[in-house]
Amino acid sequence: MAKGAPPAADVAPPPVSVEQARSLGLTDAEFDRIRELLGRAPNSLELAVFSLLWSEHCAYKHSKKLLGTLPTGGEKVLRGPGENAGAVDAGAGLAVAFKVESHNHPSAVEPFQGAATGVGGILRDVFALGARPVAVLDSLRFGELDSQRSRYLFERVVAGISSYGNSVGVPTVGGEIYFERPYEQNCLVNVMCVGLAPVEQLLSSAARGEGNLVVLLGARTGRDGIGGASVLASAELTDEDHAKRPSVQIGDPLEESKLIECCLELVERRVLIALQDLGAGGLSSSASEMAAKGGVGIDLDVSKVPLREPGMEPFETMISESQERMLCVVERSRLDEIVAVCEKWETSATPIGSVTDSRHLRVFDGEELAGDIAVAALVDECPLYDLDARRPENPLALFPATPPTLTAGSGVQETFLTLLGAANVASRRWAFEQYDSLVQGRTVCRPEHADAAVLRLTYDGHGTSRAVAVSIDGNGRRVACDPYIGAAEAVCECAANLACTGAEPLGLTNCLNFGNPEKPHVAWQLSKAVEGLSAACRALSVPVVGGNVSLYNEGPDGPIYPTPVVGMVGEVEDAAKAGKSGFATGSGSDDMVALIGPFAPSQQGSELAKLRGELTAGLPSFDLAAVRSALELVRGAVRAGTVTSAHDVSEGGLACAVAESAIFGAVGCSLDLAPLIRRAEVDPETALFGEGPGGVLVSGSRESLMSLSKTAAGVGFLALGSLGGQTIGIAAGDARIELSIEDARRVFQTALAKRVP
Amino acid sequence: MKPKFGVIVFPGSCDERDAYHAVDLIEGAEPKFLWHGDRDLKGVDVVVVPGGFSYGDYLRAGAIARFSPVMEAVARFAAEGGLVLGICNGFQVLCEAGLLPGALLPNRSLRFVCRQVDVVVENDRTPFTAACERGELLSVPVKHTTGCYFAPPEILEEIERNEQVLLRYAPGGNPNGSLADIAGVVNPGRNVFGLMPHPEHAVDSFTGSTDGAKIFHSLVEACTAGVG
Repeated sequence: MAKGAPPAADVAPPPVSVEQARSLGLTDAEFDRIRELLGRAPNSLELAVFSLLWSEHCAYKHSKKLLGTLPTGGEKVLRGPGENAGAVDAGAGLAVAFKVESHNHPSAVEPFQGAATGVGGILRDVFALGARPVAVLDSLRFGELDSQRSRYLFERVVAGISSYGNSVGVPTVGGEIYFERPYEQNCLVNVMCVGLAPVEQLLSSAARGEGNLVVLLGARTGRDGIGGASVLASAELTDEDHAKRPSVQIGDPLEESKLIECCLELVERRVLIALQDLGAGGLSSSASEMAAKGGVGIDLDVSKVPLREPGMEPFETMISESQERMLCVVERSRLDEIVAVCEKWETSATPIGSVTDSRHLRVFDGEELAGDIAVAALVDECPLYDLDARRPENPLALFPATPPTLTAGSGVQETFLTLLGAANVASRRWAFEQYDSLVQGRTVCRPEHADAAVLRLTYDGHGTSRAVAVSIDGNGRRVACDPYIGAAEAVCECAANLACTGAEPLGLTNCLNFGNPEKPHVAWQLSKAVEGLSAACRALSVPVVGGNVSLYNEGPDGPIYPTPVVGMVGEVEDAAKAGKSGFATGSGSDDMVALIGPFAPSQQGSELAKLRGELTAGLPSFDLAAVRSALELVRGAVRAGTVTSAHDVSEGGLACAVAESAIFGAVGCSLDLAPLIRRAEVDPETALFGEGPGGVLVSGSRESLMSLSKTAAGVGFLALGSLGGQTIGIAAGDARIELSIEDARRVFQTALAKRVP
Repeated sequence: MKPKFGVIVFPGSCDERDAYHAVDLIEGAEPKFLWHGDRDLKGVDVVVVPGGFSYGDYLRAGAIARFSPVMEAVARFAAEGGLVLGICNGFQVLCEAGLLPGALLPNRSLRFVCRQVDVVVENDRTPFTAACERGELLSVPVKHTTGCYFAPPEILEEIERNEQVLLRYAPGGNPNGSLADIAGVVNPGRNVFGLMPHPEHAVDSFTGSTDGAKIFHSLVEACTAGVG
């Protein structure tokens, strides 16, 4: 390979036309800009590379300006946005790396492989940092379960996650699932991975050192996933999407499992100068990003890439999204060592290029120069667009209406049972029992044990009992009602889940799932939601260490609910003291239940309003600082052992939170919501089923809760009643709920299983 | 001398580190890893064939792993009376290798199931269960897609008569449709034991039950007493 950039005439022809550029999703103006940057027309390989690197999925061209407004700094931040994943300092010399990414459109087209490769992809983002993946969480959205398509997508997505995640040996420890009409055509599959590494072992993806080798690790390259980022991820879904199935990649969890072990052994041996996963955009994107971060150039020879099938064109090799591949930079002298480690793990290592000082990505096919593009043109020069944001007259009119399933005149007990068995409230056992939540032996709090998953970082007897809590949250319906408040609530909900386990937030990642940003109402949702996220992150002092954007989530019926999904990692000082969500009686018999926080229930945007077909735009505003104080109080009380259970109030309101705590802990209660009705000035039904941020239901001995109440000045502390027995009893004004735990459990635990095939 | 437990690592094993750490927590036991490509068992006293998805469980669970070089050595070791514990995928591998009677079929639900279950100790006179009491309930998790124990009627009758069923799911708690609620089976020589539940995930109060440690304690006792 020659040094320096060759004259343009040497690059393999033929130049392409503007029609070809359009067919790859580039605008005419973008094509003009490419010609300007190259000083000539691109050939088909160069155009393919540009179309991927300049796709929404890779370039964030409609969201980059907005994302710049999120707070990213913090003393515990080790890797911020822009790396393969974010990373925070969890103490004791350990770094926790994490990221959430979407695989929405592939899952809508082929749910099993779409979801499976969604898991595979996010794992690679995390071990690209040199961190061992230790947990997966999923945030899933489907249409209503009365639709056959939704049931099919739900079942196959869960099966895909189960198949890949379980086989690869990373526990799936948590997540959330919502069923709403606007996700009918365009389901959402967001996967979060958490990884663990010694701080000094964290890697970067910046290619360095002229003459160093660029080595491709892992699986062979095939024609699967050609154009996934541009064809699937950056355009709206249509009725002809079954024809796009060839754009969905196929996963091989055994290959991934070997690749993880192989890469981690290479990391431990300190052979790797840089490591990067091959995700959206394949080799083109990985090589460009590595070169851009290191301020260097990279020469690649596609003829050296091991292929799954003969006769692949150079451009196909460059943009293939075949799974289970990584790209690394190493010194020439250590190539043999790398090959030996890869042989041990029965995977392959192939030198396919080298680092240069040209600052160009040059692609050779043997001797022939097949493409030559300045790295900066690919990575930094993509046009960024301002959003034309306009608030629609009625924000909810954009979405297909959900027919009511509950009449307004229903009695309180009937309403309670309907909510407890509602698809968005009922137990997720049907799904989470299909996931291995235990492998790797770190899972201190399993699904339904606590509001967040708790994972110990070190094994017993070999260090501390330090742990992290992880949660993922985002109620799209509430964001649809009010993008600013709904997005702020998602951050509060996630932080509340962490606080209930006694965790202090270390960092946050997000996945912004929205419709077509070129439409003014979607642009308005997106900008308001990012404002809300930003305000909540600042108020709670949680840095955003990374994220992902998934736009163009629209089907023929319109856009999805705007769905910012928030994943948060927090530090638990002592795994043994991690808070549980089930009621627990202490040694004495005098235990009580209390509600902590500024919680002001409202039916706006609630599950009840949805079931009654009474959704209206807008959500009540709330005080972020008051939520922060409440969460600090809860966290302290959990850590000190003052409370024996803590559970945040969310979907279905306080009554459903009480039922869940009673079911999880197998302990009943007798409560009166009069103090809440008085403070919030609401009717009994709203006190029972109304929703809103800033409410945590706790139990504990009367003595310790009363002393806690004395420190709760200005935070909000309401004693609601006593713990014990096998009945859930809740009085609210004239209304009364009375139900055995067993009856409640039957409804709560079987509701979902009954609705899937 | 501490008894040495050799935990096999196959490509695609997932619970091998968990088995290693479980052994490490048991006083008087020393864990070691054994590599699937080696025929050398490094002088271990007990072989643990761990859980996971050896070779991706492609073709059929455990079907490829049984042909790996280390399994030749394990078969010889077992023939000489060496103690072999197969957990989950390890149970499947041992059945495929013909070291245990019967086979494991896909769960009746055809889905993966991860759940804490109770198992009843049916026979406490073996090197794997000596630290338990007959009739005792152990709380241990299961997590598998292919855990439905099956054997033809004549073999089923034989293993029942011969008291080779060491663990049974507690009544009403069978997670996979296994015949006769069978959760774990020993060979006629009482030195090769396979079970679907994961005792290595129930050894430590941080993760719930510690009942699984009794299986490992039994093995340590058996080794130090010169049994097996």
